[in-house]
Amino acid sequence: MTVNNKSFESACPLPISGKQTIQLAHGGGGRLMQELIQDVFLRAFQNPMLAPLHDGATWPMENEMLAFTTDSYVVRPLFFPGGDIGSLAVNGTINDLAMCGAKPLCLSAGFILEEGLSMDVLQRVVHSMAEAARAACVPIVTGDTKVVDRGKGDEVFINTSGVGVVPAGVHVLPTLIQPGDAILVSGDLGSHGVAVLSVREGLTFDGDVESDSAPLHRIVADLIESDIEIHCLRDLTRGGLANVLNELAMAAKVGMAVEEPTIPVREPVRGACELLGLDPLYVANEGRFVAMVPASQAETALTTMRRHEASRRAAHIGVVTDRDPSMVVLRTVVGTHRVLDLLSGEQLPRIC
Amino acid sequence: MKYVDEFRDRAVAIALAERIKKTVRWPWTIMEVCGGQTHAIVRFGLDSLLPPSLSLVHGPGCPVCVTSVSLIDQAVCLASLPRAIFCSFGDMLRVPGSHGDLFGVKAAGGDVRIIYSPLDALELARKNPDREVVCFAVGFETTAPAWAMAVTQAKQAGIANFSLLIAHVLVPPAMEAILSSPQNRIQGFLAAGHVCTVMGYEEYEVIAQRYRVPIVVTGFEPLDVLEGVAMLVSQLEERRVAVENQYVRSVSREGNRQARAIVDEVFEPATRAWRGIGEIPASGLRLKSVYSPYDAELKFQRELAQLAEGKEDPECRSGLVLQGLLKPPDCPAFGIRCTPEQPLGAPMVSSEGACAAYYRYRSHATA
Repeated sequence: MTVNNKSFESACPLPISGKQTIQLAHGGGGRLMQELIQDVFLRAFQNPMLAPLHDGATWPMENEMLAFTTDSYVVRPLFFPGGDIGSLAVNGTINDLAMCGAKPLCLSAGFILEEGLSMDVLQRVVHSMAEAARAACVPIVTGDTKVVDRGKGDEVFINTSGVGVVPAGVHVLPTLIQPGDAILVSGDLGSHGVAVLSVREGLTFDGDVESDSAPLHRIVADLIESDIEIHCLRDLTRGGLANVLNELAMAAKVGMAVEEPTIPVREPVRGACELLGLDPLYVANEGRFVAMVPASQAETALTTMRRHEASRRAAHIGVVTDRDPSMVVLRTVVGTHRVLDLLSGEQLPRIC
Repeated sequence: MKYVDEFRDRAVAIALAERIKKTVRWPWTIMEVCGGQTHAIVRFGLDSLLPPSLSLVHGPGCPVCVTSVSLIDQAVCLASLPRAIFCSFGDMLRVPGSHGDLFGVKAAGGDVRIIYSPLDALELARKNPDREVVCFAVGFETTAPAWAMAVTQAKQAGIANFSLLIAHVLVPPAMEAILSSPQNRIQGFLAAGHVCTVMGYEEYEVIAQRYRVPIVVTGFEPLDVLEGVAMLVSQLEERRVAVENQYVRSVSREGNRQARAIVDEVFEPATRAWRGIGEIPASGLRLKSVYSPYDAELKFQRELAQLAEGKEDPECRSGLVLQGLLKPPDCPAFGIRCTPEQPLGAPMVSSEGACAAYYRYRSHATA
């Protein structure tokens, strides 16, 4: 759920952590954002379909289930190595549907354009969306456009919503996570966040870092067709692996034990993160997900995932436990243990 | 990854921990000066590898943490000026002043920018001649050369819309303040490797002999810290007092001469107030008079004159934490009335702050 810049009248407004105004950290995927969702949005909108706080809502049809999701895209710069706001807006919403176990059917696209935006830039963004939608075989079937005064937007904001169908018998929910489940990640972490940061801040690092933005629905469909009993899926966007594991551990009231040496992070991403004082486990990804599956099926699931380009480096990184409920414990590279906590807001580069 | 993985090797870490266990016969209290080392210790759980008789105490080496509330208030005031572009390193933005933080100024419409290098801020001034670029120059000796470079370049290029709000602090006076305190219980120091990369360690030899305290210049990777502890413990057990250098791949005795020269050219020592500790003579830096047009405190004297004296939250014990007299979890407010979302003091929000390290890596484990 995203916060826009319009005034929002809550039925029962509450001060959030004593903060009287929205700050960037409220959109950072960490603890402040969770509080915002809990204290403002859930309080106002509460209903059983929203309650699981999954990537999308599902409701039962005759045999199958319908899945519905929405996401807004406000990335800066609009174009970055490995992608742009257009492909991101298509892939991101497809992925939210895929994380419900759904086969995406179609998307909507809403544009908020800033007065003065170059038509050429808009054409490039829209062309990229069309390409991404074609490649994923998920058409954009409805849309909306608004133009705001110059200075009231940031070139272009895009909202996409998506509808999909969850096959009969498939149930993918955080509450289905069981102690003993294997924790799998679909590939190396942190590339998207580092790629965007490097262009935004004009930083250059050894080795090319490209965004991992990719549609994930075919990988999920393959897992379902391979009869993997998927308990939960979640894409590793804002807040990265660490925040997602914390959210899932809290939702399922289980513990998670993760082995740091098994988590794949590419060298240039590690280098950039070391330099800036960032932890790659908290950096955003746009084409990576975590899957909780029964331990007995972990190897089959990994083999299935590795058949796809976007999940070639899938890895088994840990196990769900019944110890330390709602907590994620990391065994570090030197063999000691520590808590992998939810961040408050976004990570900030350090001083020295 | 080269130059990182070698220093995180599990087998070597365990061997070093064994060496420390075999050497230690007496209880010792040692302080790691730098917040970066504190984070390495807590992030990699290095203290859990050490014998219980060895007590690691976290030092004042977090520049964000020790910046006084009055200076944060000044930063908030300058960042709120209509024509200002206020530049800061990232982790300074969350630090609470008497009336809010820099993130709050940004949310209210102020132009607050995160920079990675002082020269980026100078470039901003060059590109925005109708704006006033004010920089929060924060840090220990490590970041001082880069700020000095920016000021000399501004002077050479005749850029007048550029100034520094200086919060620079120096490590040796802080160590001496700790050692001179009647409550002091520190018996040895791990000195900050990056500060010594710039400054060398000649100054520390004087401190070691004056206070009869062994010092080991130490790096930031897990094996650096463990090796530093091993070297320090050997000195303590053998009753030796010397300055030794663990971080030889980065530090030489005389430091980086060029960096020291530019710092000497631009800055001079000044009395500085430390958060929770108070004023320490000659523990900070200020611009020499020839560079005073770049001093934001002078340039915006009129605007800053209206500020009242900054008030620290009376419940915050960061002064004790920064002197190694209190461990963060032993503070009654820790994790209850003081969290990263609602901090009472800077050590809870700085990326090098001891309270932040414990909250992030330990809070639930100890709950």
